[in-house]
Amino acid sequence: MSTVERMTPDVAGAAGDNAAATRAAVLPAGVPRRRRRRTSALQPRKSVAFTIMMSIFVIYSLVPLVWLVINATKTQSGLFSSFGLWFDDEFVLFQNIWETLTYRDGIFVRWLGNTLLYVVLGAGGATLLATLAGYGLAKFRFAGRRAVFAVVLGAIAVPGTALAVPTFLMFSQLGLTNTPWAIIVPSLISPFGLYLIWVYAVDSVPTEILEAARMDGAGEFRTFFTISIRLLTPGIVTVLLFTVVATWNNYFLPLIMLSDPTWYPLTVGLNQWSAQASGVGAQPIYNLVITGSLLTIIPIVVAFLGLQRFWQSGLSAGSVKQ
Amino acid sequence: MTTARTALRRTLTVAAAAALAVGSLAACSAAGSTESGTADDLDAALEAGGKLTYWSWTPSAEAQVAAFEEAYPNVDVELVNAGTNTEEYTKLQNAIKAGSGAPDVVQIEYYAIPQFALSDSLVDLSEFGLDQLEAQYSASTWGAVNVDGKLVGLPQDSGPMALFYNAAVFEEFGIAVPETWDDYVQAGRDLHAADPTKYITSDTGDAGFTTSMIWQAGGRPFQIDGTDITVDLADEGTQKWTGVWNQLVEEDLLATTPGWSDEWFKGLADGSIASLVIGAWMPGVLESSVADAAGDWRVAPMPTYDGTPVTAENGGGGQSVTKQSENPALAAAFLRWLNSDPASIEVFLESGGFPSTTADLEDPEFLAIESEYFGGQKINEVLTQASKDVSEGWSYLPYQVYANSIFGDTVGQSYANKSDLNDGLAEWQNQLVDYGNEQGFSVNE
Repeated sequence: MSTVERMTPDVAGAAGDNAAATRAAVLPAGVPRRRRRRTSALQPRKSVAFTIMMSIFVIYSLVPLVWLVINATKTQSGLFSSFGLWFDDEFVLFQNIWETLTYRDGIFVRWLGNTLLYVVLGAGGATLLATLAGYGLAKFRFAGRRAVFAVVLGAIAVPGTALAVPTFLMFSQLGLTNTPWAIIVPSLISPFGLYLIWVYAVDSVPTEILEAARMDGAGEFRTFFTISIRLLTPGIVTVLLFTVVATWNNYFLPLIMLSDPTWYPLTVGLNQWSAQASGVGAQPIYNLVITGSLLTIIPIVVAFLGLQRFWQSGLSAGSVKQ
Repeated sequence: MTTARTALRRTLTVAAAAALAVGSLAACSAAGSTESGTADDLDAALEAGGKLTYWSWTPSAEAQVAAFEEAYPNVDVELVNAGTNTEEYTKLQNAIKAGSGAPDVVQIEYYAIPQFALSDSLVDLSEFGLDQLEAQYSASTWGAVNVDGKLVGLPQDSGPMALFYNAAVFEEFGIAVPETWDDYVQAGRDLHAADPTKYITSDTGDAGFTTSMIWQAGGRPFQIDGTDITVDLADEGTQKWTGVWNQLVEEDLLATTPGWSDEWFKGLADGSIASLVIGAWMPGVLESSVADAAGDWRVAPMPTYDGTPVTAENGGGGQSVTKQSENPALAAAFLRWLNSDPASIEVFLESGGFPSTTADLEDPEFLAIESEYFGGQKINEVLTQASKDVSEGWSYLPYQVYANSIFGDTVGQSYANKSDLNDGLAEWQNQLVDYGNEQGFSVNE
């Protein structure tokens, strides 16, 4: 099987070359040159306008990152007295990192731990629930499926921030505000993830395989955990990445749910550091805010680069009818 | 993108706070055991001990709590930094609306006190006899913690305004220290003409600054009588201020650096922002955050309109006891210690704060301090005098936190367009009237 696959491109390439050669021989001179200018899907024509536009977008995306890295190496007063996009005379990155990690009895480390907790339980739980529910809706026929579909679609349309205040009031009735549960429980619900798994499962898990498994006597759970979950992996990783990013960057929900800094995630914590630079008794620690921001984005950048190929295959899931 | 997102977040935060505020005005506070007592009862509460939660973001809070716990070992105070200013108010408002989660003692700035006082969320401290402390505080700060006949907090710091100026820059360009606002505007013109990178000051539209400037000019745009409110941002005093400040705005004589940003601190250090009219708590901030400019800055009395010394309060705040407190007597006792015990105030002064207690303001030792940062100037003489010259009769709106949050969208537009501030103030007034009526107040223009 694999031998055939590896050979295929060569065979196709050879066939293509032959065909071109044949055509070149038949057609009068001049025509092939025009042909060459034509473009194929795999070798698009280069466009100056698009290249410029792309470059602008690349600069637009990278400059803030570059700024962040450069300025994380400066002292508080160095920030104010040097050019923003170049290094200062003093290089204090490691000192800044150390100060960030130890400022106010190491509250930053605590916030990092909180964020990880919310990500592991919230995003992990959301992915698990979305996978189970999406798979169930895609592969089982039961009454009310259409109603569930409508509810899920409707839920995608409502932005999370709009639900934050009602959620807060509900949670405060339950006495759950100012606890980690106030962040974890709402994070467990990911209608978009559910929808994505659903769409993905329809195409990637052939019903025939499930029927075959049933014929062989496997129970539904065994079928799910040994067969379906492997077929669903690209979709699951995509949803995981979505929910991890969403939970890692979650700001508004923890902002209104939590008043005790010991439960803050990094986003809200860094904002608190930034806010203490103003007004009476201002204590600006912009160097630590910047270094903290840099430390905050590193894990998410690593996760993104590491899981990128899954993310891409997941994005195009269902775009081509197979 | 980032800016837009930040703006959106801010809007949402405000929206959330506003949404929650609606309910809290309507509903009467559920908790709130109103024990009354005297000084002896407070001493007894301290003796009996207990547990308190205290929200504060002041730099001195940690050391003060430590000193308190040492003096009263039976009391356990949990200090929580629930955010700086508006962030804390949002959380406090949320906790009040939710009916639980508010601290026993909370730091609130003067401008935000009426908001929490009129929603009946704060304990009237005269029930514990704390109204007898009146003589200890400056008149303007005492006025700020008395709302609608109730004592809803004790003042901690104060911010009588003064003119902080970079003497090195003034000297280099031969600018005299302005005594009147006309001088100040002229100084702005001369400085910017001599060196276009330098500005007399920076102002991109700051609600706290504008209200303080109107206060000094004699404007009283917000009149509150129970739930009846009058908003008039075109009164004589307000127009007196816009008459001066419009010149700076329209002639493009103000640095457009947003206050408290890293560039702003940079401007204060390198002389491109040559002066600040700001509260008396500023020296501590300059010393710790603009250390590079040590020796350059000086303090002078706030410029006036007609030569008669008059100032206003800018910033500053106190602490209050919330009605959710399960032990208000103990909370009141802690608050009494926090804002009147010499041991506590000493810690506060060491952290660079500017006091509201007259004994400390007029302490010869305090007045005689020669500030090294200010080139040996006895700055407290100027600042204490400023605290005596604060104009009387000012009040903030019972929804000033919201009001300040929409300042940028209204008056800020006039700043951005370098156009007449009166137009922006009129728009601000419209929105404040609408909002107040929606909140159940009856607001007249």
